[in-house]
Amino acid sequence: MASVEIDVKYVAHLARLALTPDEEKKLADQLGNILGYIEKLNELDVAGVEPTAHAVPMVNVTRPDEIRPSLPHADALRNAPAKANGLFIVPKIVE
Amino acid sequence: MLNQLTISELTARLAQREVSAREVMQSCLDQIARVDGKIHAFISHNPDDALAQAEAADKLLAQGGCDASRPLLGVPVAVKDVIAVKNQPLNCGSKILGQFISPYDATVIEKLKAAGAIVFGRLNMDEFAMGSSTENSAFGITRNPWDTTRIPGGSSGGSAAAVAADETITALGSDTGGSIRQPAALCGCVGLKPTYGRVSRYGLVAFASSLDQIGTFAKNIRDAATMLNVISGHDPRDSTSVRQPVPNYAAALDGSSPDGPTIKGLKLGMPKEYLIGGLDAEVKAAMDAAVKQFEKLGAEIVEISLPHTDYAVATYYIIATAEASANLARFDGIRYGARVDGADPIELYSRTRGAGFGAEVKRRIILGTYVLSSGYYDAYYLRAQKVRTLIRNDFLKAFEKVDAIVTPTSPTAAFKIGEKSDDPLQMYLSDIFTISCNLAGICGVSLPCGFTKTPKLPIGLQLLGKPFGEETLLNIAHAYEQATLWHKEKPGIINAAKLP
Repeated sequence: MASVEIDVKYVAHLARLALTPDEEKKLADQLGNILGYIEKLNELDVAGVEPTAHAVPMVNVTRPDEIRPSLPHADALRNAPAKANGLFIVPKIVE
Repeated sequence: MLNQLTISELTARLAQREVSAREVMQSCLDQIARVDGKIHAFISHNPDDALAQAEAADKLLAQGGCDASRPLLGVPVAVKDVIAVKNQPLNCGSKILGQFISPYDATVIEKLKAAGAIVFGRLNMDEFAMGSSTENSAFGITRNPWDTTRIPGGSSGGSAAAVAADETITALGSDTGGSIRQPAALCGCVGLKPTYGRVSRYGLVAFASSLDQIGTFAKNIRDAATMLNVISGHDPRDSTSVRQPVPNYAAALDGSSPDGPTIKGLKLGMPKEYLIGGLDAEVKAAMDAAVKQFEKLGAEIVEISLPHTDYAVATYYIIATAEASANLARFDGIRYGARVDGADPIELYSRTRGAGFGAEVKRRIILGTYVLSSGYYDAYYLRAQKVRTLIRNDFLKAFEKVDAIVTPTSPTAAFKIGEKSDDPLQMYLSDIFTISCNLAGICGVSLPCGFTKTPKLPIGLQLLGKPFGEETLLNIAHAYEQATLWHKEKPGIINAAKLP
């Protein structure tokens, strides 16, 4: 079972996940092993096989386009880490 | 001891007014006070709220409110910490949700409340349901009631331990790759994973959306059937829930013949690929004895083949982590939960997530992000989805020949705390018998089928059924349970411990 090289720093950036250098090293080793194991899927011939996204596929599930009650404003904000004037506070985005 | 009763025993006594819901709830709370210091099945519970709900149930009982529309009137149901209960904490076993309080009820909770249940307690779990041992919780580990040096299984380890230790009458869990069936097996109770689409997931925090399903833990098959009746059905708020009629699963257990249910003539398949090297000898012996029991009950045992079994774990850990990496993007410190500030939004997200997620969740987010990233999508994710088709076809083909499939739930009994926590791949491989069921979207149940000798640890039998075939599945499981006494055995801890 060959180990696979993985650029953890780059992937962590894609995932918006801050890692310590120790975590990066440990994850590179562990995920290398796991990906090595996963390589076994290459033994199979999947030519012409349709992918399964859902075991019970249903498409275009819609509901009538009608106004219905939704979560009250105050309830939606109740768990916010920072809020003011009925809004979520976030770091400055535009200079 | 009222906390030891099953749902059917309890509702019969409540209807006769022999006991009150308050007494029953108090009995569960006393049991939690006696044993949960050693087991830690609960992250938190609110005794005052639970007792208030019990008193409300008693009022309804006094008014004759116990009818078919409220099959759970006065029955305590505890909930895995991944399902929203209005005004109760919701943490998913993680630090990242901070002091989160649910603003609404999950559909299953609405249904339980409408059925009269007392919904109480937050049950411990592997963080975001990622794990097989409940060692990955930010709130500490849960211990197996049969041997507190061992894991209870996972991810719904709190649910399984609480039911096995009689801290609640029944409980809810979720199952993405075996997270109900495996802990049920290791703790010696019944765990039911319904078919994908059978039960609404509105209000279940998503881990892997094409695999997740809510299900139940119970002391016997009849109770699991009663719970399934209550929580099943189409829900317009979950677009993956299916418009399929809900049969009366509990009534179906009694069968149409005067001798009760029969499984005579039913065909049970034994997959030859499940006789793997890592299968423990005592588990195999219990399994063989169960198969003999089924033959005695009149079922026909047929060898079947599920040729892609060996690829299920690899397929699962691509699909589940890919979906998790997308689902967990919402935990970014903006709208809810804990926040670690940063100079710009990206720094805020990264720091919040770095501080808030535990090691296993980080591992899976990185793996899932990697298999979806540019250049790797086709090689990993798309290939896994194609292999998933092959795995699903294996099952559909098998179900042309057999009514259900019988396997061990887990290759071994409960392992020691810490035994596999440093080796993620070994931990993943312990899910080998339960994972395919989620990939195929079928239903499955685990029930007690024996014990190891020393130490005495429960062994679970898994039955897998056709999509929306819960009625047949539960009938087969019930017939076995009626013929055996395994489900009556209790861990010593429930009697040994005294009130503090």
